[in-house]
Amino acid sequence: MTYLAKPKLHHPALAKNKVGYIRRDYEGTVSTLCAGCGHDSISAAIIQACWELDIEPHRVAKLSGIGCSSKTPTYFLGNSHGFNSVHGRMPSVLTGANLANRDLLYLGVSGDGDSASIGLGQFAHSIRRGVNMVYIVENNGVYGLTKGQFSATADKGSKSKRGVANSDEPLDMIGMALLLGATFVGRSFSGDKAQLVPMIKAAIEHKGAAFIDVISPCVAFNNHAGSTKSYDYVRHHNEAVNRLDFIDARDEITTDYAPGEVVSVTQHDGSVLRLRKLAADYDPTDRIKVMHYLQQRSAAGEVVTGLLYINPESSDLHEHLDTVEAPLNQLEASELCPGSVALERINASLR
Amino acid sequence: MKPTDIQQPDYFHKVVDCQWACPAHTPVPEYIRLIAAGRYGDAYMVNWESNVFPGILGRTCDRPCEPACRRGRVEENNGDKPEPVAICRLKRVAADNKEDIRNRLPKAPKQKNGKRIALIGAGPASLTVARDLAPLGYQVTLFDGDSRAGGMIRTQIPRFRLPESVIDEETGYIIDIGVDFRGGQRIDSLKALLTEDYDAVFVGSGAPRGRDLDIPGRKEAAAHIHIGIDWLSSVSFGHIDRIGKRVIVLGGGNTAMDCCRSARRLGGEDVKVIVRSGYEEMKASSWEKEDSVHEGIPILNYLVPKEFTHLDGKLTGVVFEKVKAVHDEKGRRKLVPTGEPDELHKCDAVLVAIGQENAFPWIEHDIGIEFDTWGMPVVDKITFRSTHPKVFFGGDAAFGPKNIIWAVAHGHDAAISIDKLLNGEDISDRPAPMTRIRSQKMGIHEWSFDNQISPEQRYKVPWKDSKITLKDIKVEVELGFDPNTAYAEAQRCLNCDVQTVFTDKLCIECDACVDICPMDCISFTLNGEETELRGRLNAPALNLEQDIYVSGPLKTGRIMAKDEDVCLHCSLCAERCPTSAWDMQKFLLEMTHAGPGCRNKPQRKAA
Repeated sequence: MTYLAKPKLHHPALAKNKVGYIRRDYEGTVSTLCAGCGHDSISAAIIQACWELDIEPHRVAKLSGIGCSSKTPTYFLGNSHGFNSVHGRMPSVLTGANLANRDLLYLGVSGDGDSASIGLGQFAHSIRRGVNMVYIVENNGVYGLTKGQFSATADKGSKSKRGVANSDEPLDMIGMALLLGATFVGRSFSGDKAQLVPMIKAAIEHKGAAFIDVISPCVAFNNHAGSTKSYDYVRHHNEAVNRLDFIDARDEITTDYAPGEVVSVTQHDGSVLRLRKLAADYDPTDRIKVMHYLQQRSAAGEVVTGLLYINPESSDLHEHLDTVEAPLNQLEASELCPGSVALERINASLR
Repeated sequence: MKPTDIQQPDYFHKVVDCQWACPAHTPVPEYIRLIAAGRYGDAYMVNWESNVFPGILGRTCDRPCEPACRRGRVEENNGDKPEPVAICRLKRVAADNKEDIRNRLPKAPKQKNGKRIALIGAGPASLTVARDLAPLGYQVTLFDGDSRAGGMIRTQIPRFRLPESVIDEETGYIIDIGVDFRGGQRIDSLKALLTEDYDAVFVGSGAPRGRDLDIPGRKEAAAHIHIGIDWLSSVSFGHIDRIGKRVIVLGGGNTAMDCCRSARRLGGEDVKVIVRSGYEEMKASSWEKEDSVHEGIPILNYLVPKEFTHLDGKLTGVVFEKVKAVHDEKGRRKLVPTGEPDELHKCDAVLVAIGQENAFPWIEHDIGIEFDTWGMPVVDKITFRSTHPKVFFGGDAAFGPKNIIWAVAHGHDAAISIDKLLNGEDISDRPAPMTRIRSQKMGIHEWSFDNQISPEQRYKVPWKDSKITLKDIKVEVELGFDPNTAYAEAQRCLNCDVQTVFTDKLCIECDACVDICPMDCISFTLNGEETELRGRLNAPALNLEQDIYVSGPLKTGRIMAKDEDVCLHCSLCAERCPTSAWDMQKFLLEMTHAGPGCRNKPQRKAA
């Protein structure tokens, strides 16, 4: 936390992207989270991803609930639309906004408290409906704003700052997202931007419900020995199944890979995800195997990260409901009220 | 790369670009903060200790600090025009607004140490030696051909840039320490002086001879052709108060700028500067060129003087050959004729300001002082001693024409040599600077300095109305900053002396500093060889003059690498650091001057 605004001066060599902005233009106001909070790194990764994707800030809606994580949309994309909703209700507000205006990019930012406790039902339904969004859970395993009680994602047996062990089973949000039909599921770590930035970029380009669980250490209440969400613990137990290179549909593919090293996944919009394999035989498009693998590794005490699952044939809620192509605010009176002749025709068809 | 050794005084000194660039290594950010705090007297004393002439230098310095200033680099691509902090003119603010500081100046002790030192020429170099040695008990005798001290400061710098009162004040501070000043006593023979058994002699006689231009017509039209520095000197002493209406100044250095602006004030209506080279290559400081142009003096370039034209012994004009710059295969620039017809510029007077030379007709060649083929004395670059064990040189007399601040730096070094020599020590063994480094943390988000970065652009020093200044050569043109503007300008200083100090053992690699750094200076990455590492930092570190601060290995095996180049010293890395691995620590480096600090021997023996 700091009282000063970040100086406007930037590195003289900062480049502009295709829409004419430098990376700093994607920042928000200065963060008021604790110094060293993992959430700030996630904000920085979102800023980097949006700059690299040449996203126009006014085409983004960032929605959040309540909690440390849900404060962060203030700290990035200062020129985008934002909605800080009721605790746990971000998924519903996002779903509604998405139905009203399908043209915007929806960024749902939530935490383990907001999504795994009070908003668990909301989370589940937005995923199973396939709302076209990026759903990021900034997962630190504690309630930071209320001084460090275990949250629903805290591992059983992990210790609080005062040394008390957690006796409850953790809620596995990755496993739930897979069960509920998310078409893009990834896990990353706030301390590894090389992994996180391309993952956010791929999620943004993904059509359908993209869920990313980002382990984000709480420096104030959950970064001690005995915690399973500390910088040290996550670094020691991090098992990345793949490294992701996101290649925009508009860009030429220039990187060369050794044969057999890479799995390419082409998404519906033509964008290509190139996954450099780290775990042999890991196939991120086979949901059953993925679920099995994750359970196995989790039992072995590993924190599996990477792009865990992707369905290249994904679809979204609008497709399921066959909604109108245009955002609702662009529909003219003539389209909304087709007139008495059309009404007569409909009535006649029902007689 | 190996972890950076921050104990090495040069490492953090280099980060303070202005101080590193200053020949006298003045702690610039330190006095700028004092100016911002309105502590003008304290700011003046910080300067006085380092550079001896804050009021004079605050008006006339060649400002090696300003091109070096980090502010100029960080403003690149961030606004209209990147510009350094107005360091020089802030120094003047301290001098103009200070309280009476006379009781803070040293005095020579009543009990002398019995050693006698002669200083030849009362310019900045000799005055610095006197300032450093007189308080130590040396009996210092200062000779000058003029009746008042100052040397070139008094004779060559026009009054509209530097009022006489400022020269009197600052030379007076030194004489008043207890220096035996023999004004009007020119030394005509060093041999004779050496017979007077001085323990050491310092030659600070400057580069007093202006270079002449030997082209046809020079002799015939001699009455209206003047050597620039001689003419300035005559103007300074009031011997000359008029010049013809049409004046041509030949030469592109700062002397030429002083000549043309002086001529403009002494009746010159059509004054122009004509130089051989291109405008950009001129030796004059950019601001002095701008000031001349501002006063309506055109600067014509690529014209080589060929002949003075004259009629009945009266100068009528100068003929110039037109040239252009051509670069040969080795990249050397040559001026070659364009082949166009020569140009005649009519005029009533010419001022020749094409360079200065040293002249030592008063140094006999049989007294053990060797001269090189260019007629310059052979002088050691570190000790400033000539080939005569007791004779030292400094200022322009040592290595040819430079600036006041260089003369001051030479004076300090020569004073150390003399002090060590007369204490029976090896003068080639030079004292290390005094350094201190202290945390500036006052609270969680509180520092002992203003870490908020001012977005302001450089302020211009206001000028007096040219209707007044162009009529009277004694009226100072620049008015100096008022205290409010001085404060605003001082706040542009980035406090580069408050260093970002990193402790690798404390770092948890949370990336908070990387994310908050507005200039992308900090990277956590795998170690590598410097050239390769520079290319893959968060922002490529392309300025090779600026170091990369490298930590030891961290828990993940990576290192922290910080490019010092465009760091704002805003302290946000330290404010964001959860473990205080980053801290802001003020690095103060003071040069060791002559006195007990520069000597090796213990001063007092145990009883």
